[in-house]
Amino acid sequence: MSAILKVSNATMQFGGLVAVDDVSVVQREGEILSLIGPNGAGKTTFFNLLTGVYKPTKGQILFLDEDITNLKPYERVEKGISRTFQNIRLFSELTTLENLLVAHPDCNREGLIESIFGRSKLIAKRSKVVEDCENILEMIGLKDQELELATNLPYGKQRLLEIGRALATNPRLVLLDEPGAGMNGLEKEELSSLIINITKKLNKNILLIEHDMKFVMSISDRIIVFDHGVKIAEGLPEEIQNNQQVIEAYLGRGITDDEE
Amino acid sequence: MKIKLTKPVLAVVFALLLALPLVTTNNYVLHIFISMGIYVILSLSLNFVTGFAGQLSLGHAAFYGIGSYVGALIMLNFHVNFFLALIISAVVSGLFGFLLGLPTLRLKGDYLAIVTLGFGEIVRLVFINWAKVTRGPLGLPGIPKPTVFGVELNTSMAFYYMAIVMIIVTVVIMNKIINSGIGMAMQTVKADEIAAESVGIQPIKYKMLAFVISSAFAGIAGCFYASFISYISPTTFIYNTSVTILAMVVLGGLGSIPGSIVGAVILTLAPELLRFLSNYRMLIFGALMVVMMIYRPQGFWGAGKRVKNIYKIKAGGGKHVGHIKG
Repeated sequence: MSAILKVSNATMQFGGLVAVDDVSVVQREGEILSLIGPNGAGKTTFFNLLTGVYKPTKGQILFLDEDITNLKPYERVEKGISRTFQNIRLFSELTTLENLLVAHPDCNREGLIESIFGRSKLIAKRSKVVEDCENILEMIGLKDQELELATNLPYGKQRLLEIGRALATNPRLVLLDEPGAGMNGLEKEELSSLIINITKKLNKNILLIEHDMKFVMSISDRIIVFDHGVKIAEGLPEEIQNNQQVIEAYLGRGITDDEE
Repeated sequence: MKIKLTKPVLAVVFALLLALPLVTTNNYVLHIFISMGIYVILSLSLNFVTGFAGQLSLGHAAFYGIGSYVGALIMLNFHVNFFLALIISAVVSGLFGFLLGLPTLRLKGDYLAIVTLGFGEIVRLVFINWAKVTRGPLGLPGIPKPTVFGVELNTSMAFYYMAIVMIIVTVVIMNKIINSGIGMAMQTVKADEIAAESVGIQPIKYKMLAFVISSAFAGIAGCFYASFISYISPTTFIYNTSVTILAMVVLGGLGSIPGSIVGAVILTLAPELLRFLSNYRMLIFGALMVVMMIYRPQGFWGAGKRVKNIYKIKAGGGKHVGHIKG
């Protein structure tokens, strides 16, 4: 299996704070990779490095063997990386369908002359865009609410819509930042089958951050654990569950070692 | 106010406008309508950048002025045909929009407003002080009228119809852009730049596009004004004018094409209709605006009337419910 994403020695420093410290991560083609760790471990900062919100202080990011370290966020989307946000960032005044349309490359790269003078060819192109987006809505189960404003959707559905929007950019790699946050048990089950569908049926790669251990353990092919900006463990779900360092990071050490 | 802009309503309004010069031969009335037409184009163009792309500009009069001076100067000095001058004015104004946008569109909200305010002042001062070319405060008199096949179009009626044609062209072009992928990308940039970037939209590109298109249309309005009035001076392109245009956009409803037209019509008509109040005119006018903003902050034609999924309608796919044009 070849690597889709390869991060080497990435460091992100904000003044004196090292949020991500010399982290190297490889994601293989076709796998669901999860990133876990206590609050403030640097997971979201790491995501922001991958999506280009921050430029790493040190290190290199390769995506499909191409150096994307210095690319802007929108350029990385063109390369095939898309994301969702920890705090939902939908276009709340746009409808469900429109939220996907704007993310579709054929919609947001329409030319000026084309948009003013375009005729049947343009109509055909737009119909294709709408069709693509409606297929995604079907998949995430929001087809019935395509004309609803995003802001009027219930919380769980907004999360799904964000995933749908990420898919509409036609990515190779989808980064999901706590996709299950605030969802109930049933919604989470639906979410995990959706994520598996995305990888199996659409052949996308998924990298996700999640706090719900049951969810993470059931869905992930591999797990990476962060603590204080450092990668402290990496492995299969069973390995992580029994890793002493990981347990300490979450629960603290036994009383005998407690000198700090 | 729930007026639906259905085809019959539009047809009636259009027919009334076409018939107006036949009903009245009063030049004063036509004159007001032509000024109104110029302001309609100005408010439409400002609405494009402020209402749709969300970039607050307080220097719109500068682009209006640049279009005016460029048009006047090339018509006076190089005897360029009016219609060619219109295009050149649009291009030059658009170019200045681009040059101003390059460094400033990275700024947001208040900062951008202040920079555009400053730009407006600079342009006005250039008009006043570059006396060799602009004749400074004396202004430029004797700007020629348009000629078509050797016939000079010097009647108010001719300008009236030209204004109508220009407004229609402006509305059609803006509607096309707003309801395209570009228009939607602009809306997302206005709503949330970080989210926009996360789906592959380059915010600066769309802000720039909106700014340039807006400036170009203001330039067209300027050139038309110069030829219509036949005399221009720096006093027309002051800060006050920028604010008046902004007031039209806000009063009509940010981000709405019919709104911008209504706003421009009301704010050009109101001072004329209130003339009987003589000295109290502007006082009452100001009070009316305050009342309006308290009771209807979204403007006459603002929020809540947004067209949903017009892209889809334009794409010709699927049915649509509750479609209000606005």
